[in-house]
Amino acid sequence: MKKILVVGGGTGGTIVANVLARKLSRKEAEITVVSESPKHIYQPAFIYTALGYNLHERDIVRGEEELLDKNVKLIIDNALRIDVEDRYVVLERTGKLDYDYMVIATGSRIVPEEVPGYQATYHFYGLEEANRLSKALEEFSGGVIAVGIGGIPYKCPPAPAEFCCLLDYYFTRKKIRDKVEIHYLSPLPRTFPHEAVAEAITEMMEKKDIHWHPMFNIESVDPEKRIVYSLEGESLRFDLLVMVPPHRGAKVVEESGLGVDGGWIPVDKHALQYKDYSEVYVIGDATNLPVSKSGAAAHFEAKVVGDRIYADITGKKSKPVYDGRVLCFCDAGFRKAIYMDFNYEKPPRKPRFSYLWYLGKQAVNKLYWSLILKGIV
Amino acid sequence: MSEIKVNKVVDARGSHCPGPLMELIKAIRNAGVGEVIAVYSTDSGSKTDIPRWVEKAGHQLIGVYERNGYTEFIVKKVK
Ligand SMILES: Cc1cc2nc3c(=O)[nH]c(=O)nc-3n(C[C@H](O)[C@H](O)[C@H](O)COP(=O)(O)OP(=O)(O)OC[C@H]3O[C@@H](n4cnc5c(N)ncnc54)[C@H](O)[C@@H]3O)c2cc1C
Repeated sequence: MKKILVVGGGTGGTIVANVLARKLSRKEAEITVVSESPKHIYQPAFIYTALGYNLHERDIVRGEEELLDKNVKLIIDNALRIDVEDRYVVLERTGKLDYDYMVIATGSRIVPEEVPGYQATYHFYGLEEANRLSKALEEFSGGVIAVGIGGIPYKCPPAPAEFCCLLDYYFTRKKIRDKVEIHYLSPLPRTFPHEAVAEAITEMMEKKDIHWHPMFNIESVDPEKRIVYSLEGESLRFDLLVMVPPHRGAKVVEESGLGVDGGWIPVDKHALQYKDYSEVYVIGDATNLPVSKSGAAAHFEAKVVGDRIYADITGKKSKPVYDGRVLCFCDAGFRKAIYMDFNYEKPPRKPRFSYLWYLGKQAVNKLYWSLILKGIV
Repeated sequence: MSEIKVNKVVDARGSHCPGPLMELIKAIRNAGVGEVIAVYSTDSGSKTDIPRWVEKAGHQLIGVYERNGYTEFIVKKVK
């Protein structure tokens, strides 16, 4: 019997454990998930929380236990150290756990404090912070709102542009849109990394009268003067600043010496394997791959890794590889959204804003808890 | 090939989002002054946006090379 250890019970970790539990019997494998929290949080909901939507609590948070297959053992504990040489993980309360296969799915953490003056900013990269932003928006009666990026990489690259479009919708419904100037501080010369998508988003922003600033990567903030400065030497005065905070890999990854350049674990872009350790896989935000840090990438990677471990254990020769697939829905407000589906080889096409994709996004929000986390789709 | 010593290679081939320029900005933020970064890109937009960003941010574009199926950009962090 093989011991499979999954570190991290977020999107990627939950899917990989469920995929393996469905494919392998109890005699073939013992599957354990270690997660520091008993709660599983659906992070895309933070945007809606920040904008004051009245979401049901179960649309945001559920217990991890109820989301895992009954053949998966869940340990709520904090992993302190991962030793890939001797194949074990040290947990704060439980002690040492060894493994035959390990999947690292520890995600990312935010470090707003790395930007001087961050105290004057708001963001939606945590539930508490999203609630704080929601209150600030509720009280906002007019002025300049800027949305910018304090560090790269960050989760869900389209989120800040999406948030600007949703702010336009929010203030239109509040009937004070004419009193609010919305500014998008784009880290790139375009509104989105890929040219074809940028074209569609730029057209949308111009239609919505969202001012966008090319090549504005936030470097610091002056809280008294309410000025945000860019790495490229520009500045903007604001009344309310929404700053995507810098992200780093999980502490345990950094402290175990597995991460590079901010704690991201280097892995093979197709096999998702860590260096020459054929029993160690890394998925989701924890990797150093040039794909977006997204639930979609974590989902596709988890399915590939589940199938690879299954192939290994059952002695199958052919193993699937990750093709870089990411898909993404972006809500533009007014019940319109865009949809993108791309991989390493195939770039996204110029998307169309439609009601259909808006419904698609709503469907994903619901299906996340069932079909997606169970690894059925 | 240039004789410049490259401190870090960023292989962003096949990246459409976040894309090669975001990968470069991340590497520049993490690099020390004077370090040299090589970025590999298969994205057609990189040929305009990497030089534009490097110039605006005040770093130095040392070279752009067409390789087998991708482009290599060599950038030095100067401040
Ligand atoms: C505002 C916002 C909007 C988003 N919108 C989208 C979207 O529309 N589409 C999309 O695809 N993605 C979206 N994302 C991104 C998506 O939520 C993440 O990319 C995804 O959750 C990554 O999955 P993961 O498994 O890698 O990490 P996570 O889901 O973050 O899970 C990591 C897990 O590891 C655990 N962990 C970490 N360290 C330890 C430790 N030392 N010991 C034990 N456990 C540990 C954590 O507790 C957590 O359970 C959004 C994110 C945000 C914040």
